[in-house]
Amino acid sequence: MDKTQSLYEALSKVEGFIYPNEISLNWDMLIVMYPYITGLVAGAFILASLNRVFNIKALRPTYEISLLAALSFMLVATMPLIIHLGQPFRFYEMLVTPHFTSAMALFGFVYLWYLMVVLLLEIWFDYRYDMVIWSQQKKGLMKYVYKALTLWISDTSPESRKTDEKIGYFITVVGIPSAFLLHGYVGFIFGAIKANPWWSTVMMPVIFLFSAMVSGIALIMFIYMLVSYLRKQKIDMNALDTIGKYLFYILILDFTLESLDQIHRIYVADESFDILKILVHGKLFVTFFIIQIGIGTLIPLATLAYLQFKKPSDRVRKIIYATISIFVLVGIFYMRYNVVIGGQLFSKSFYGFTSYKANVLYDTDALLSLVLFIVPFFILAFLLWLLPPWKKIEH
Amino acid sequence: MPVQVKRLLLVFAFFIAISVALIYFLTPKSFGEYGHYRGKALEEISSTEIKYVQMDDCAMCHDSIAELKNSGLHATLQCEVCHGPGFNHIEDYENNRMEIPNEGQFCMRCHIMNAASPKKVIKQIDAVEHAEGEDCITCHNPHQPWL
Ligand code: HEC
Ligand code: HEC
Ligand code: HEC
Ligand code: HEC
Repeated sequence: MDKTQSLYEALSKVEGFIYPNEISLNWDMLIVMYPYITGLVAGAFILASLNRVFNIKALRPTYEISLLAALSFMLVATMPLIIHLGQPFRFYEMLVTPHFTSAMALFGFVYLWYLMVVLLLEIWFDYRYDMVIWSQQKKGLMKYVYKALTLWISDTSPESRKTDEKIGYFITVVGIPSAFLLHGYVGFIFGAIKANPWWSTVMMPVIFLFSAMVSGIALIMFIYMLVSYLRKQKIDMNALDTIGKYLFYILILDFTLESLDQIHRIYVADESFDILKILVHGKLFVTFFIIQIGIGTLIPLATLAYLQFKKPSDRVRKIIYATISIFVLVGIFYMRYNVVIGGQLFSKSFYGFTSYKANVLYDTDALLSLVLFIVPFFILAFLLWLLPPWKKIEH
Repeated sequence: MPVQVKRLLLVFAFFIAISVALIYFLTPKSFGEYGHYRGKALEEISSTEIKYVQMDDCAMCHDSIAELKNSGLHATLQCEVCHGPGFNHIEDYENNRMEIPNEGQFCMRCHIMNAASPKKVIKQIDAVEHAEGEDCITCHNPHQPWL
């Protein structure tokens, strides 16, 4: 009889005692992508701000790339959420009937603020002057594209450039707390779920924020090297070393905060502790200890620490940086995975577990997630073609 | 005011105007009538087809069975867990027959051996070993298992 069969099949996925509604996970791989992608956006933007607000000159070659990468990922940031909805075409209802006391329902507004008021404006002011020049140089369709992008302003006077500079600076200053808000918000959503001991901690927004910076910086490191390689340009090793330095600092902070959170859990050892302990030693062992902490944190930390004292040749350093950036990106992905999936693997009764297998062929959540990670690179390629940082007129 | 700021404000004003228009046109008419939801939703939900009733409704006609059931260990079960939705049957019992779940494995829906369900709350048996191929109802009365 197939009812009995499906029951046995469902039961083969669980261990111990578990409530019926916990057998299958509500939030799958797509919801792992959501904090991952917004984290990359926030991190890339914060790296750009380091150059502009804190005036770290060595990072200049990566400024535009960071902004455009942040924009490319920002454009797909809502996709995992919308695809994951049971009724994707109703998502706009959240925007037309805003609910101001629900944190989840506010994402649309946090997103719009960050996209429209921070990212687009900053990029626009940064490129305005160049777009005017390009619109005068280009012929045919592109001329009008650039004209439209400048909003039909052809002012190239020194005063107008000063204004661009000033407003751009101001937006960056506003942008830093906004980037913190964007990603702190995502952490807040998880931290505020008080029924889930794996998520419910006030540290969550802070941890998310710092891991976002780590992943964003690693992403820019990777993209900068990739773009230079594809354009057959010499990599500015000074810029790369500086990114590496900041990656090192922020990785230390991130690791400290996460350890603090875990140590706090271990010391307090409240009633949920036993199940969490079994969780991280069992189902999350590989993704937590080996990938997130080992590959994603300790190896990069050790290598970057070594680079602070010893400088091997440029070639070796490039290989090291490329490897490290990929390690960190993988590590942070699994950090999101451990949070989102890990938090749903154990029963609220604290007596049992369910299991999760990424669906590659059936529900295709894993495949879609992969696509959502690749698409931004194509958007970035387009943006770099449309607004090439290397053709900018030096100020 | 610098020209680019003016132009941008214009663009923003344009976007805000579009948003306001969209909010105006896309918000459902009855939204907010009673709370943060569509007022019409209540009407829609209350007009959906009714499928289930309560045990008391079955007892109006099947009073002896209801009494029998309520005197035994199946007292807490609704008739419709076993017999399926009964609204239509109540309206017109001649044309709407209830299900009669008298084939072998039906009772296992609840009494199957299951490590995850507590044995103090529901007794569990191994169907093969316990019933030896006979239907459950040859020995147990479904309405009063110990009759
Ligand atoms: C209006 C009175 C009435 C109500 C209320 C009523 N029934 Fe019946 N039911 C009957 C009658 C009369 C028969 C016998 C019909 C026949 O044999 O043609 C019957 C037959 C049945 C049968 C046997 C069907 C068969 O095919 O032999 C079942 C089972 C049943 N009812 C269950 C229920 C349940 C469960 C409810 C409550 C949801 C319910 N009834 C409510 C009048 C009612
Ligand atoms: C545990 C499941 C279960 C519940 C609960 C249950 N029934 Fe039944 N019922 C059965 C089964 C099984 C049969 C078939 C018995 C048979 O074939 O001898 C049956 C038969 C019947 C019949 C047909 C009687 C006959 O002799 O042909 C009626 C009428 C009926 N049930 C009414 C009810 C009503 C009314 C309730 C609620 C008070 C109810 N049942 C609750 C399982 C159940
Ligand atoms: C909807 C779930 C459900 C279905 C279906 C069901 N039962 Fe039960 N049964 C219960 C519950 C609840 C009890 C009361 C708790 C207990 O003692 O196990 C019970 C009790 C019993 C008992 C008494 C156990 C004791 O404590 O001595 C027997 C025997 C029994 N059922 C037999 C049956 C048979 C035979 C069927 C099929 C006609 C059946 N049950 C269908 C839920 C169900
Ligand atoms: C041959 C007659 C017979 C058949 C067929 C039969 N039972 Fe029983 N059942 C009994 C007797 C006698 C007992 C009490 C002694 C015992 O616990 O084994 C009992 C006890 C039970 C109990 C209580 C067990 C406990 O731990 O107290 C449940 C539940 C039950 N039966 C369900 C079923 C179900 C479900 C079926 C159909 C798959 C079924 N029975 C078929 C005779 C039968």
